[in-house]
Amino acid sequence: MNSLTNRKKVLASKQMNFWERIYLPAIINGLSITMKHFFKKRTTVYYPEEKRSFSENFRGLHSLKRDENGAERCTACGLCALSCPAEAITMTAAERKPGEELLYREEKYASVYEINMLRCIFCGFCEEACPKAAIFLDGDIAKAGYIRDEFIFGKDKLTEPVIK
Amino acid sequence: MDIAFIIEKLILISAILGISLVIAMYTTLAERKFAGFFQDRVGPNRAGPWGLLQPLADGVKLFTKEEIIPTHASTFLFVLGPSLSMFTACITTAVIPWGQDLFLFGRQVSLQVADINVGVLYVFGVVSLGVYGVMIGGWASNNKFSLLAAVRSASQNISYEIAMGLSIIALLMMTGTLSLREISEQQAGMNWNVFYQPLGFLIFMICSFAETNRTPFDLPECETELVGGHHTEYSSMKLGFYLFAEYINMFVSSAIMASLYFGGYNYPFMHLISNPNLAALIGVAAFFTKILLFIFFFIWVRWTVPRFRYDQLMKLGWKVLIPLAIVNIALTGVGILIFWK
Repeated sequence: MNSLTNRKKVLASKQMNFWERIYLPAIINGLSITMKHFFKKRTTVYYPEEKRSFSENFRGLHSLKRDENGAERCTACGLCALSCPAEAITMTAAERKPGEELLYREEKYASVYEINMLRCIFCGFCEEACPKAAIFLDGDIAKAGYIRDEFIFGKDKLTEPVIK
Repeated sequence: MDIAFIIEKLILISAILGISLVIAMYTTLAERKFAGFFQDRVGPNRAGPWGLLQPLADGVKLFTKEEIIPTHASTFLFVLGPSLSMFTACITTAVIPWGQDLFLFGRQVSLQVADINVGVLYVFGVVSLGVYGVMIGGWASNNKFSLLAAVRSASQNISYEIAMGLSIIALLMMTGTLSLREISEQQAGMNWNVFYQPLGFLIFMICSFAETNRTPFDLPECETELVGGHHTEYSSMKLGFYLFAEYINMFVSSAIMASLYFGGYNYPFMHLISNPNLAALIGVAAFFTKILLFIFFFIWVRWTVPRFRYDQLMKLGWKVLIPLAIVNIALTGVGILIFWK
């Protein structure tokens, strides 16, 4: 009867012949195999010194984007916080004062914008929900830290630097 | 006995001790590096360039670790165990001829600490003492795993010493001397004993692996069954001594295999070099090359062959190696009768 997987192996406990019983050929064979591995090119990536490139759709740390004039795009509508399944995003909205047009693109902006990186699951829903294209998960992998407060990222860490 | 002789021997002894310790130190790094290479990894590379400072880091770590002596352990024997291991590992180097005589300041300087005429017997005596380190340490720990390892180690060494001794007898029948220097001198050029005693060499090598407790015979420290074997209860530098003694043993048995079977300090075309000092120094380099190749082989085997089961170990020792060694003696005797006379 054929086996379902076609991978059935018939095993027999046959007596080993003389060459098999003295083990030496098998040991020499094994030594040659390990020697082959000795000279093989290693696939190790020396992590802190060299990093693998991320894939196109990798979702890393968030960044709050600026428009072409360097003004923050976020208008504190709260859709990202609403869409966040982990409830990691909190924000406080504020009204733009006259003279701050170059700082904030819309009349309302987020004076406080915090993401708790311990809660965040990097699903990218905030990115999808944002009507102003203000948040993208295009950063590096999340950093390690010693205390929980280090993982609450405010605007100082999230806002992308002004391009001069 | 003149002062120059004492100074000469003191320098030689310190040099040999230093060299064997440094080589053992870097063998630990080589072991980890090569283990990495054999397993498609890179091995330790953080401490210094290519991890060259790793042995120092290990040493510092072991020295600064907490020293624990179990309450019910026999303190004296507990300390004696690793010390004895280390001591016996080091003193074997005394009879190994490292090279031909040098001519310095009008003196003939022998590159051998003691050319005793029973060198081979001395080596065997010291090697059999080596098991006491493991045995005493395991026994004094007052731990059943350690005790089991000690018993295992003792019976393993006793079993393999017989085969080792018998394989040497065939060699001694050919050389007719027990002095390691004379055995080395007889193998001038490419007249190496391994070509006349391949079977004897094979048995000797397998027994060396067993005597140094290296894989596939590392049953005394078999992690899977005995936690850590004889050094389960050891910590700090006492553990370091046990581990380090293994590497010194490896170096010493490599040196003995090289000098007994692979020509010692001899190398091909050595008679063409007229300057005796230069010839001797190249000889020393050749000897160390052979030793390092043997050490590499030890490491290579460790990362290839899995550990024996205890009954397999005993079966191999008593039912295979000892009869083979006896057959080898008989064959050698017949060979000497036919070809030498």
